Amino acid sequence: MKLPDAERVCDELLKELKAVLGPKSAMIGIYTGGAWLAERLHARLGMATPLGLMDIAFYRDDYHARGLHHDPKRTKIPFDINGREILLVDDVLYTGRTVRAAMNELFDYGRPASITLVVLADRGGRQLPICAQHCGARVEVPEGMRLRLKRDDAGRLALVLEAERAA
Amino acid sequence: MQRNPQLNANGELQHLLSTEGLPREILTQILDTAESFVGVTEREVRKVPLLRGKSVFNLFFESSTRTRTTFEIAAKRLSADVINLNIALSSQSKGESLLDTVANLSAMQADIFVVRHNSAGAPFLIARHVKPHEHVVNAGDGRHAHPTQGLLDLFTIRHYKKDFGKLTVAIVGDILHSRVARSLIHGLTTLGAPEVRVIAPQTLLPAGVEALGVRVFHDMRAGLKDCDVVVMLRLQNERMRGALLPSAQEFNKHYGLTGDKLDLARSDAIVMHPGPMNRGVEIDSTVADGPHSVILPQVTFGIAVRMAVMSIVAGN
Repeated sequence: MKLPDAERVCDELLKELKAVLGPKSAMIGIYTGGAWLAERLHARLGMATPLGLMDIAFYRDDYHARGLHHDPKRTKIPFDINGREILLVDDVLYTGRTVRAAMNELFDYGRPASITLVVLADRGGRQLPICAQHCGARVEVPEGMRLRLKRDDAGRLALVLEAERAA
Repeated sequence: MQRNPQLNANGELQHLLSTEGLPREILTQILDTAESFVGVTEREVRKVPLLRGKSVFNLFFESSTRTRTTFEIAAKRLSADVINLNIALSSQSKGESLLDTVANLSAMQADIFVVRHNSAGAPFLIARHVKPHEHVVNAGDGRHAHPTQGLLDLFTIRHYKKDFGKLTVAIVGDILHSRVARSLIHGLTTLGAPEVRVIAPQTLLPAGVEALGVRVFHDMRAGLKDCDVVVMLRLQNERMRGALLPSAQEFNKHYGLTGDKLDLARSDAIVMHPGPMNRGVEIDSTVADGPHSVILPQVTFGIAVRMAVMSIVAGN
């Protein structure tokens, strides 16, 4: 199955985002893939406000079933989010649960003026009423597979399919 | 081989009873998770919803203000409900057994028991008898272990020194009565600190302390030479039965940390103390309040470390 070229999709997203940036815009990426994408977009857009990065582990809705099993990263939002127009960036949009967790965490930092969702790829399968305002590509993913963003040593981004981890 | 009583069948942390025997990966997971929680404690809403709807019972069979309070703050920042029981004043004095007390609290739907007891091993006994969804965190048992204090000491050391691989750490004072010292020594050796020293008079060292992998010094000046980290222990007056020491003044002269003794350590050395301090006995005020002291940051980090421990065990 042919997957979209992440680098090309990224360029298209850049064009789209350039048109919507305003003086109150700020960007936050969700670890890990969303953070890579956000680092790229943030630098190429030359945004003045520093980039925020978010680990949503403490807000996941499956904690009671799965516990804390990850390599924890520290959420860093180096600006006051009150009144900001937040561009929330993730790599792959699927059930929508990560985005819900991220929004819950964001509101513990303050009250943004708005939140806009930016994703590299949307694979469908939503379980919550969430949609991306800026979506690079739509990808059909076979059952039992997982769509992930990878970054190589040279910093190049690529979409890959892998077998889903056992729950 | 008997399974480590702290780990579940998948090798995950089910209870925190001691730093002894905990694999390096689990120690590191706790410290990394605590690092994330430090971020939470610095923002406007200092709370996360992880333990919403869970109950944490603080069972203190021995009095404590600081440890109990930091566990309470940590549990509240995880959105748990916290129930403090000062058992010394209640059931036990009426003759109830330890396991009956725990069975009664379990019937009140506890999820985490934070236990401090003056008998070594009490939290282990409780952990063997709780239900599978209940978790036990040792908040200090006798002279045996105080793992969250050991972990917060490790967190503090890593925060200031980054890497354990080249460190010389000296632990000074009443090692004999110190569960803090034991928990820290196990953690440091597991995380690869190449040189851990204990500095104390013979009467305040447990027999066979070398077996823990430490170098023993009786002369504080020799022991402090080129140390990166100096951990002072409290002279535990209330545990001193019989004449282990001539006097507090005598102790201060030989084993108290003064500015001129600290000069023998590395110029960027940090000074730690688990509190409460006896100023003028094991540590002078000029050092406790001086530029090398990280004693108050230790307290703040203690909250993040306890949040990490409770959120990891409750999820396993």
